[in-house]
Amino acid sequence: MRANCFAGRNSVEVRDVPDPSLLSRRDAIVRVTSTAVCGSDLHLVDGYVPSMQDGDVLGHEFMGEVVEVGSGISGDTLRVGDRVVVPFPIACGSCNACAAEMYSCCENSNPNAAIAEKMFGHPVAGIFGYSHLTGGYAGGQAEYVRVPFADVGPLKIESDLTDEQVLFLSDILPTGWMGAEMCDIRSSDVVAVWGAGPVGQFAMDSARVLGAHEVIAIDREPYRLEMAAAAGHTTINFDDTDVRTRLLELTGGRGPDKCIDAVGLEATHGSASLQTYDRVKQAVRSETDRPHALRQAILSCRSGGTVSVIGVYGGFIDKFPAGAWMNRSLTLRTGQAHVHRYLEPLLRRIEAGELDPTRVITHRLSLEEAPHAFDIFKNKQENCEKVVLTP
Amino acid sequence: MDMLATTTVRREPSDVYDFWHDFANLPRFMTHLDSVVETGPNATHWTATAPFGQVVEWDAETTEDVPGSSIAWRSVGESLVPNQGKVWFVPAPGGQGTEVHVVLAYHLPGGAIGKAAAKYFGEEPHQQLDDDLRRFKQVMETGEVVRSDGAPWGKRARHEFPQRAAQPLSADERAEVFAS
Repeated sequence: MRANCFAGRNSVEVRDVPDPSLLSRRDAIVRVTSTAVCGSDLHLVDGYVPSMQDGDVLGHEFMGEVVEVGSGISGDTLRVGDRVVVPFPIACGSCNACAAEMYSCCENSNPNAAIAEKMFGHPVAGIFGYSHLTGGYAGGQAEYVRVPFADVGPLKIESDLTDEQVLFLSDILPTGWMGAEMCDIRSSDVVAVWGAGPVGQFAMDSARVLGAHEVIAIDREPYRLEMAAAAGHTTINFDDTDVRTRLLELTGGRGPDKCIDAVGLEATHGSASLQTYDRVKQAVRSETDRPHALRQAILSCRSGGTVSVIGVYGGFIDKFPAGAWMNRSLTLRTGQAHVHRYLEPLLRRIEAGELDPTRVITHRLSLEEAPHAFDIFKNKQENCEKVVLTP
Repeated sequence: MDMLATTTVRREPSDVYDFWHDFANLPRFMTHLDSVVETGPNATHWTATAPFGQVVEWDAETTEDVPGSSIAWRSVGESLVPNQGKVWFVPAPGGQGTEVHVVLAYHLPGGAIGKAAAKYFGEEPHQQLDDDLRRFKQVMETGEVVRSDGAPWGKRARHEFPQRAAQPLSADERAEVFAS
């Protein structure tokens, strides 16, 4: 089959690879009908997440049709022919983390848990197409994909919703939603969101659905800010505006009650000196992540407020503003999205028209065009916000 | 060489005890073991494959057996690597299942044989025991040892990098993985 593979730092290639087969009793094989490129794919390809190998099949946002199921899958959970969206974290459904609905911390799904344990202190769940640190699972930017624990993860789509309406249940919609949910939003809250990429856009929409008084988008790309504005959110362009000053103006000097970092480890910002500091430290690997958005969110947040982190971090950061965090009673919450717990509730909100995931799609390309998709998404060409690929 | 490792399994202590008490189950998750056969009351025969192509065998006796709670054993008679072990099962707080605590002790001989034996148990024997327990937890909680494309070998997992690429196995690779 054809699959989009990591081909060394800053490079992806669509290659011929073997078709997947069942390896475990609770596997299913899914024929991919739609898949997408995620911002975290860029972190992997740009070389900021360790343990990527040449030939790794990328992609953790995908959906399709079940074409084969293992002997451990009972017919009342999943059958050949079912149309499914597959969550990006792989979860066994029976460990204590899964029992607590913390699926992205599943204790069993990562065969490379020992490696993750060394890096993170405790292991993390397996993730499709997301380095060997998270298991070494082939991803979904391919014609077919093997789905382990297929009796736990896949959500059956039985209505006539289009692929584009439900595809993002695999990752970015639940991720954005969880970012807002972790803020425990009240009706008086002003919520500021760093990053107006697809996850940021969904965090903004989710904050509004959860009752925020106002939602503020912070980015530098005019097309991303226009997209946020078109959805009814207030915008700040950090290229021409001092973010902290503007946030104080917009909130009567209080600062946003809740702040969401939807940027993560490859942040850029207006201060050339600090940007250079982080970039140089990152280049020599004495700091793995550039945490500017996180720093600014912590410094901007109202005392007693919550900073919710859904942007991806992979390693270590410098100049963490621990003083602001501690002395101003801030709460820091984070996590890879526990996608499984949001599938049904968010599907209902899509069906009810409360959330429109299709609004972020700017490009529809074939799987063969994946390298071009990565290029325009990474370099923010052609006003690229979100690419959907079709095998 | 003494090693202690622990894990928590989301099953009742009696289930976890029963599984371990059937020593024939141990090779399902312990990398080195090929088989453990019951040869009499409190008597077992253990077979393991060594990396230098030798089969290592020894007899063991069960020295402690408290249903639902603990099991201990030790090798008897001639053995290349005299060893003993104990496992005990403690209810985890708040209904989270069972804490499994394992102690293994190996008496490595000196000389060339000792070096070979040390190699056999790996450069990081404690890591191997941790990995064995991780697979024990996988088997108890999910029914089998977890496999990915990059690490498809099940209990014969090899952790060194690079692994095979995270892409589906060819027919030949698949045959190799499921050969044993």
